[in-house]
Amino acid sequence: MSRQSLTKAHNKITELSWEPTFATPATRFGTDYTFEKAPKKDPLKQIMRSYFPMEEEKDNRVFGAMDGAIRGNMFRQVQQRWLEWQKLFLSIIPFPEISAARAMPMAIDAVPNPEIHNGLAVQMIDEVRHSTIQMNLKKLYMNNYIDPAGFDITEKAFANNYAGTIGRQFGEGFITGDAITAANIYLTVVAETAFTNTLFVAMPDEAAANGDYLLPTVFHSVQSDESRHISNGYSILLMALADERNRPLLERDLRYAWWNNHCVVDAAIGTFIEYGTKDRRKDRESYAEMWRRWIYDDYYRSYLLPLEKYGLVIPHDLVEEAWNRITNKFYVHRVAQFFATGWPVNYWRIDGMTDADFEWFEDKYPGWYSQFGKWWEAYNRLRYPGRNKPIAFEEVGYEYPHRCWTCMVPCLIREDLVVDKVDGQWRTYCSETCAWTDKVAFRPEYEGRETPNMGRLTGQREWETLHHDRDLADIVADLGYVRDDGKTLIPQPHLDLDDPKKLWTLDDIRGIRFASPNVTLNQMSDQEREEWAAAYRANPNVTVA
Amino acid sequence: MTSSAKTRSFPKVEFTDSEAGALEFPSSKSRAYNYFKPAKLRATVYEDVTVDVQPDPERHLSQGWIYGFADGPGGYPQEWTAAKSSNWHAFLDPNEEWEQTIYRNNSAVVRQVSLCLENAKRAGAYGNWNTAWQKFIARNLGAWMHAENGMALHVFTSIQRSGPTNMINTAVAVNAAHKMRFAQDLALFNLDLSESLDTFDGSVHKEVWASAEEWQPTRKVVEELTAVGDWAELLFGTNVVFEQLVGQLFRSELVMQISATNGDYITPTIVGTGEHDYSRDLGYTRALFRLLTRDERFGGTNRELFGQWLAKWVPPCLEAAYALQPIWSQPAEKARTFADSLAATKEKFTQLLEEIGLDTPKELDK
Repeated sequence: MSRQSLTKAHNKITELSWEPTFATPATRFGTDYTFEKAPKKDPLKQIMRSYFPMEEEKDNRVFGAMDGAIRGNMFRQVQQRWLEWQKLFLSIIPFPEISAARAMPMAIDAVPNPEIHNGLAVQMIDEVRHSTIQMNLKKLYMNNYIDPAGFDITEKAFANNYAGTIGRQFGEGFITGDAITAANIYLTVVAETAFTNTLFVAMPDEAAANGDYLLPTVFHSVQSDESRHISNGYSILLMALADERNRPLLERDLRYAWWNNHCVVDAAIGTFIEYGTKDRRKDRESYAEMWRRWIYDDYYRSYLLPLEKYGLVIPHDLVEEAWNRITNKFYVHRVAQFFATGWPVNYWRIDGMTDADFEWFEDKYPGWYSQFGKWWEAYNRLRYPGRNKPIAFEEVGYEYPHRCWTCMVPCLIREDLVVDKVDGQWRTYCSETCAWTDKVAFRPEYEGRETPNMGRLTGQREWETLHHDRDLADIVADLGYVRDDGKTLIPQPHLDLDDPKKLWTLDDIRGIRFASPNVTLNQMSDQEREEWAAAYRANPNVTVA
Repeated sequence: MTSSAKTRSFPKVEFTDSEAGALEFPSSKSRAYNYFKPAKLRATVYEDVTVDVQPDPERHLSQGWIYGFADGPGGYPQEWTAAKSSNWHAFLDPNEEWEQTIYRNNSAVVRQVSLCLENAKRAGAYGNWNTAWQKFIARNLGAWMHAENGMALHVFTSIQRSGPTNMINTAVAVNAAHKMRFAQDLALFNLDLSESLDTFDGSVHKEVWASAEEWQPTRKVVEELTAVGDWAELLFGTNVVFEQLVGQLFRSELVMQISATNGDYITPTIVGTGEHDYSRDLGYTRALFRLLTRDERFGGTNRELFGQWLAKWVPPCLEAAYALQPIWSQPAEKARTFADSLAATKEKFTQLLEEIGLDTPKELDK
């Protein structure tokens, strides 16, 4: 279709909408934003006649590659270290995708611009595509990879696991609360525009380096839809900026969305990339380097900063602090260590780090070994059952962390711990911004202004509390993280499948009591709590020998 | 002097022998998603990629929804409809829609429509259209495309946020895609006709939809449907009542029946795709509401509820149908009477209600 024909066709399609006079569409999802003064922006010229064949062609390439991978025995050269982490990643990601589809009518409800509704509805179909194509990729892994355990319980495990919960907010944040906060700022302006770069571009790169070329095939195909979604988000953002009353809300939401995405996505993807790879070439980019390129330069400098010309206050401090946490405060490494500490309640196996890994980490993140080296050596020493308990229950100088009430990643940068009594309960937060998110942002009033549509933090947010004071073996059995012999655990702190004696069973973890740090915290006196918090912040949590 | 070649750096291929079957150990043969019970012995791809992707506190979700609305829980509360089910997850889309089916099926339609339009232009097919038929298409098919677009964006796109399971919401999302494509196909057909025929009024559809007397009750029902907050009522009112009494009446019992006798073989090809979509979409709708009327615990209250919805939506849809009666007289060749079309429509509607397990509402005879 020529450009002229395309313009004509698009103009014709815009004639389909009309101003209702008998009744207006129900507003199911409210927003505190106003769009009365908004100019009508028409971002996405999408015609279904070209959309469907284009996506079909993309699909054909994906499914052709899948056939090729099986015929070419791709799994002969896939690194297990890598594919084990996919059990976690691919259990999480289809939910945010489908949530993005479900978020589109919220944006349609909130934005009175028929011209953008078409683009949002197309995005809805894209997101159904992404969710189901990712579920199908996982099925292929389950069918062809040496160890299907963990893939086979995927969506159940996602729904009852401590790490799944961290990932779940990436999707739940899209579909609840203020429609613009959720479906525009959190989902499109921050998650899709910034963080899909590391999710769908940087991570596939690492997959390929580990013998897995299906993940890049599927996720690059997914990413090729994202640019259209980014333009949807940008159009709504510009419309919102037209009204001065939206400015404080936009600034609030940019702070929340940026920080929550950083806490959650960097924790997960950073771990997958840095600890899931066997590729330790020194000239391979570290996650920090990828982040600098994809998020700091591409998103922050090229997308966020130009918004300042509209008078919007950009959260420079939080961008810099995220960078500081990734580089100087070892955020990703502390998360990976925490995931590995918690291996008995995972549904994937975690490979220990070797001398080659140590050398690479030290090169990329100077000071890494003195902080983490001895702990990973202890992890390897304690990897088989029989003579010891799982590392979390052995004395290796590692104090189990408290959970951040907001982002649910634990308070791993210990000096940044915030403790406060909120809604009648003592809560811990990983950072001042996560404390602000709970105490200030997700409330019915913001800076003296009523925000009745803002969402709420709900649910049993502290996973450990759900299982407090129970036997570890009972917890794991109830979660369903047991293999089909009824006793061998799905998770293992190593990759050795060749000897049954190396595999942990329920018997090996029976008799260990599991405790919630938050329950203990709420039982402390004021003085005990203050002393405890000071000690928590002061403890470098380093394994010495 | 030659510069030294840059050393290329690339990851090393390593044979890891990580193929299925390389070793035997517990769960080494566990190669099926095991957290749901498939409808048959072996799960279909559709079930594998759809079931439980949207978590549910009643199924596995141990910590509940972690983000909520200001005035209620997050996620997908079952209270968002008055209809009740003892197991919403029992619904499976009979069309088994997922990514591949969406693009394969719709691309096939795109190819069919595109070929048809190309051939029509090549053959000068529109040249045979008399003035009355041109006017009929410009006004009436033109008006109808607004209804299709309204349903796409404000009925089906909207519903797919609210259903309590992923299987329901995904089926409805595909319904939205069908409607959007079909509405656009009609609009682009209108554009083609404007460019091919000097006498075709390609813009009159806006005025007809906005103010022509015969179309106002139809527009009124579409707008009133979009104002419904209960997602199941919205789906019922649209796919069970409006689409039967107005959509099918216009598309199937009028346009499809009379186009050929008016020298038009193009319109039925395009409108037929919309009919085909509706047939598929009615399949999942029928399955869903049949599940609800047959529910052991809530079947009775659901039937009563759907009876109320019929009483609410049948009268305005019938009013819309009767208001359209004059357009049956507009073509030069009047191959079918309004009475015949309406009778056939009512018969199909009655049959659908029977399949769902509902009585024919008394309002249908008024």
